[in-house]
Amino acid sequence: MSSVAAPPKEKMAARNLTVRAGKTVLLNKVSLSVLEHEILAVIGPAGSGKTTFLRCLNRLTDLEGLAVEGEILFNGKNILDPAADTTDLRRRVSMVFAVPTPLPMSIADNLRLGLRFTHGAGAWEERIESSLRASFLWDEVKDRLGSSALDLSGGQQQRLCLARSLMLQPDVLLLDEPCSGLDPISTAKIEEALQGLKKSMSVVLVTNNVKQASRTSDRTAFLLMGDLIEVGDTGQVFTNPAQERTADYVSGRFG
Amino acid sequence: MKRGWINFTSHAFTVLTGIACFGVILLVALILGNILWHGVGHISWAFLTTAPSAGMTEGGIFPAIFGTAFLVILMTIAVVPLGVSTAIYLQEYAPAHSRWVPLVRMAIQNLAGVPAIVFGLFGLGFFIQFVGRGLDNFFFNKELYFGQPAILWAALTLALLTLPTVVVATEEALRVVPRAHREVAYSLGATRWQMVRHVLLPQATGGILTGTILAVSRGAGEVAPILFTGAAYYLPYLPKKLNQQFMELGYHVYVMATQSPDVDATMPILYATVLVLLVLTFGLNFTAILIRSRIRRRLKR
Repeated sequence: MSSVAAPPKEKMAARNLTVRAGKTVLLNKVSLSVLEHEILAVIGPAGSGKTTFLRCLNRLTDLEGLAVEGEILFNGKNILDPAADTTDLRRRVSMVFAVPTPLPMSIADNLRLGLRFTHGAGAWEERIESSLRASFLWDEVKDRLGSSALDLSGGQQQRLCLARSLMLQPDVLLLDEPCSGLDPISTAKIEEALQGLKKSMSVVLVTNNVKQASRTSDRTAFLLMGDLIEVGDTGQVFTNPAQERTADYVSGRFG
Repeated sequence: MKRGWINFTSHAFTVLTGIACFGVILLVALILGNILWHGVGHISWAFLTTAPSAGMTEGGIFPAIFGTAFLVILMTIAVVPLGVSTAIYLQEYAPAHSRWVPLVRMAIQNLAGVPAIVFGLFGLGFFIQFVGRGLDNFFFNKELYFGQPAILWAALTLALLTLPTVVVATEEALRVVPRAHREVAYSLGATRWQMVRHVLLPQATGGILTGTILAVSRGAGEVAPILFTGAAYYLPYLPKKLNQQFMELGYHVYVMATQSPDVDATMPILYATVLVLLVLTFGLNFTAILIRSRIRRRLKR
């Protein structure tokens, strides 16, 4: 099938992406594309630059004062251009963080926050329901949308954060180790949600959990000390990697 | 022998520090008790709602209460927007590694150490002589309108005095909002102002309120800054315009204590006035402490 299909379109493309914090190189000339309707897993040991790569994609790196070189193309434009509209970019390329970060307000207000920035006050009832359904949280919170988001459990909070990103109907969803602190059931719910979401967007999943990458993603990229070692179809990366270091990592021999 | 000496000094210091602490408490209790004892008998509804009469040997203190409230409200209107914006700029907008930010911050904190009388003189020189005169020369055909002591100038002078309190409290309140909350707002496409408006300010309101109340309680008790800028010895009317003078509780206490024609007749009124002033500032401070502890509890959760 893959041999006859048209080559998949690139949604975002990083070219020669180099990131420095002072003199330390966090990413070294990484060229990596995000395709349409795929889940791209980014794996690698701690300090390999996974999160830095993710944060470049919606320029959260600006907040840390990191020096970013190279280019990242999104809809044909280089988003690293200092003149690029970062607020618009971040509405289209939305991030879910490693630690669940509900803001101290009601569940509904958390969900409405992003749209409030673009459209002002509004109820958005239908979109709240569809976003919560897509993140498998609707049944648990539909009767208490007005209560504080801080009263939810950790797993529910993280699904709320996912739903909050979905409210903006982004083109690309960035997930930074979204299940690192969650129980297996919550993790399974989020992974299931991602499978539904890739029909309408691209997903970039940074994960420390190699098994999660292998069971969730379409393609996998392996980063090591800021270098992109290998990227390919997940099946191939896990069963027949081109690089020995990849084989060592995915089989658990180091990292 | 030596061991005994060590034990002796140890016990001696316990006793000495205990005595010092007890002394402080005793002093406070003496002051408060004295005022309460002499003052509480004279407080009545009539005392709180009538004007002084017979050269301040009779009557109440209503104009001073009214003037203090008016003054403090005007001061709050001036100091809160200025202080909160300054803190937001320093904390959120100023370049992260600017050399100027610590300098500005230090200047604001040093403002808190300037003697109050210097603020009074500054208010006289800057607000009345420079700004007020300037307004009169420009808009009022050189007639005396703003170039004189007035409640507006007194309030602005007090606002300068209490500015550090509001700035420091607001900065503190903004600082405790986790960095992750800012990142969430940005990653949902917030502009910097939207992030401040929808994420930071709602969480910082309690801290800002605490700072404001502390500023008010400080402002309500200060006499020196309003001495030259608007407080009146005695007025037969209540101030209705911003360019009129006013009576104020603290200044009224000073006047009664030093200028009374009949000390014995004034004494009970004086005690009662001091008591009213104390209850007012203590009440405000206590409210601030209550709000602060409620915020602490909420943040811990």
